[in-house]
Amino acid sequence: MILPKMILKNAFRRKVRTGLTILAMGIAILAFGLLRTVLSAWYAGVDASSATRLVTRNSVSLIFPLPLSYLDKIRHTSGVKQVSYGNWFGGIYISEKNFFANFAVEPKSYLELYPEFVLPEAQKADFLRDRRGFVAGKKLAERFGWHTGDIVTLKGTIYPGDWDFVLRGIYTGRTQTADETQFFFHWDYLNETLKKRYPSMADQVGFYMIGVTDPHVSADVALEVDAMFANSRAETLTETEKAFVLGFISMTEAIVMVIKIVSLVIIVIIMAVVANTMAMTTRERTGEYAVLKTLGYSGLQIGTLIAGEALVITLSGCLLGIAMTYPAARFFTTSLGAYFPVFFVEPFTVVLDLGAALLVGLVAAVIPIRQAVVIRIADGLRRIG
Amino acid sequence: MEKTSPIVEIRNVSKTYRRGSYLVPVLADITFDIAEGEFLAIMGPSGSGKSTLLNLIAGIDHADEGSIVVAGEDITSLSETELARWRSGNVGFIFQFYNLIPVLTAFENVDLPLHLTGLTKQERREHVETALSMVNLLERLDHYPGQLSGGEQQRVAIARAIVTDPTILVADEPTGDLDRKSAQDVLNLMDRLNTELGKTIIMVTHDPHAAERAHVMRHLEKGVFDS
Repeated sequence: MILPKMILKNAFRRKVRTGLTILAMGIAILAFGLLRTVLSAWYAGVDASSATRLVTRNSVSLIFPLPLSYLDKIRHTSGVKQVSYGNWFGGIYISEKNFFANFAVEPKSYLELYPEFVLPEAQKADFLRDRRGFVAGKKLAERFGWHTGDIVTLKGTIYPGDWDFVLRGIYTGRTQTADETQFFFHWDYLNETLKKRYPSMADQVGFYMIGVTDPHVSADVALEVDAMFANSRAETLTETEKAFVLGFISMTEAIVMVIKIVSLVIIVIIMAVVANTMAMTTRERTGEYAVLKTLGYSGLQIGTLIAGEALVITLSGCLLGIAMTYPAARFFTTSLGAYFPVFFVEPFTVVLDLGAALLVGLVAAVIPIRQAVVIRIADGLRRIG
Repeated sequence: MEKTSPIVEIRNVSKTYRRGSYLVPVLADITFDIAEGEFLAIMGPSGSGKSTLLNLIAGIDHADEGSIVVAGEDITSLSETELARWRSGNVGFIFQFYNLIPVLTAFENVDLPLHLTGLTKQERREHVETALSMVNLLERLDHYPGQLSGGEQQRVAIARAIVTDPTILVADEPTGDLDRKSAQDVLNLMDRLNTELGKTIIMVTHDPHAAERAHVMRHLEKGVFDS
């Protein structure tokens, strides 16, 4: 077939121009891919959430605690399989820039509720035995070079003072979306210390995690739990883990929206760049297209030549962009791991990249195709010489 | 060779171009025949309408009025798609600036019109090699236009024009961009195509030496033939 050969040869006829357009396309795809990955990372908690887990918190705000006494009542609610609880600790490791999530949790039930956190049995036993023990995710331990047995001190912000912990286990995620940057320790350690230092803060939990027997009973359990504590001193709000995470994300809706808009703007800009390249190309080759039409080639065949050339350029740029996205994402994981615990390029992002490249190529070719097809042969031939 | 039956019949053809708000008449009520196997030269000053007439005969432009019948087909009644198909089988084009595709070799340029036919790859190869051997360029078939001289490029263009064995050959200033020697070679080749293969050739030229090689010469002046 002569047309595919002409498409390939035409695409690289002006090497500098084509090279620069491919580079621009590659950078656009890199930016688009990274922004999509940021969005995926933003929603990673939603993807990682379980349909069988509910979160109960104070209905006024997450910062207000709930009494520990709710535990038994929740545990005996119909449809409840397991209940755990915890507090956001908010500790700082050496400096504020070393941010990571740290929680005080009831360890045994917490680990049962989160089977996606895989902890070796020996380490799990060590952790459960040691009240000062803590467990860290693999990425977090690697970030600070921690090893089991290391003593780590966190500076309390909500709970003042220096808190010493002993690393007893390092968990890995069962799935790619599991957060491997968490730090959790015994709630009892926190509570007993509070009883001594700040008794008024003791026996209070920030949230309950409820494991239900079946996802279909989630709504009934949530209603029953909230009804149980209605008109009490601390009313509850129970929702699925997914809704709970989405509630956090909704606080940053504007940022998410800006990222989405910017990623679309990038595509529109590169569309204009490629369209400009194709318009220049078509203008230069008006005579050649006229010759092809003279020989009997149809408008469809001329259009295929132009669209094919645009697609070769955009898909080459797309492949370059995708190839650059992976190392860039690794760099982001290293430098922004504290903010995006789960940051990896999803296969769907690559599909979106390819879709964007196809769209850009086809849209950019529309006007040049029209120009080449509409022009009269006699006028096209006059452009030669 | 008998050259009496008309292969091209032009009847009352007129053409006017619009230049902004002005209408510029180019051809006015042209009527004439071209016999089969004829080598016709159309001469005339710039703007006389000779290239326009050639374009109309070749089916790459439309007449405003009148009819043009080529080998029994009234091409003025054909749609753009039908005209494209008709051109691919009936007309061979030779341009002043050769108009070869620079990214294709001589072989591929000559092969270009054959892709619109139902020929197999092997048949196409045979046709192309035959055409290139007729213009004495078989040994240059892998060369790109940029690696050929002007005369060689025009010979490749002639090979491309004859490879489909068209009904008529139209040539618009075929020697206009060539030196004297190359021009002579091209004219000799066209002469051979006419005398040995009986091809009907319609050539537009400014060059009196080129026109002398034709068997019939007609002068066009302001859109009408001199009597």
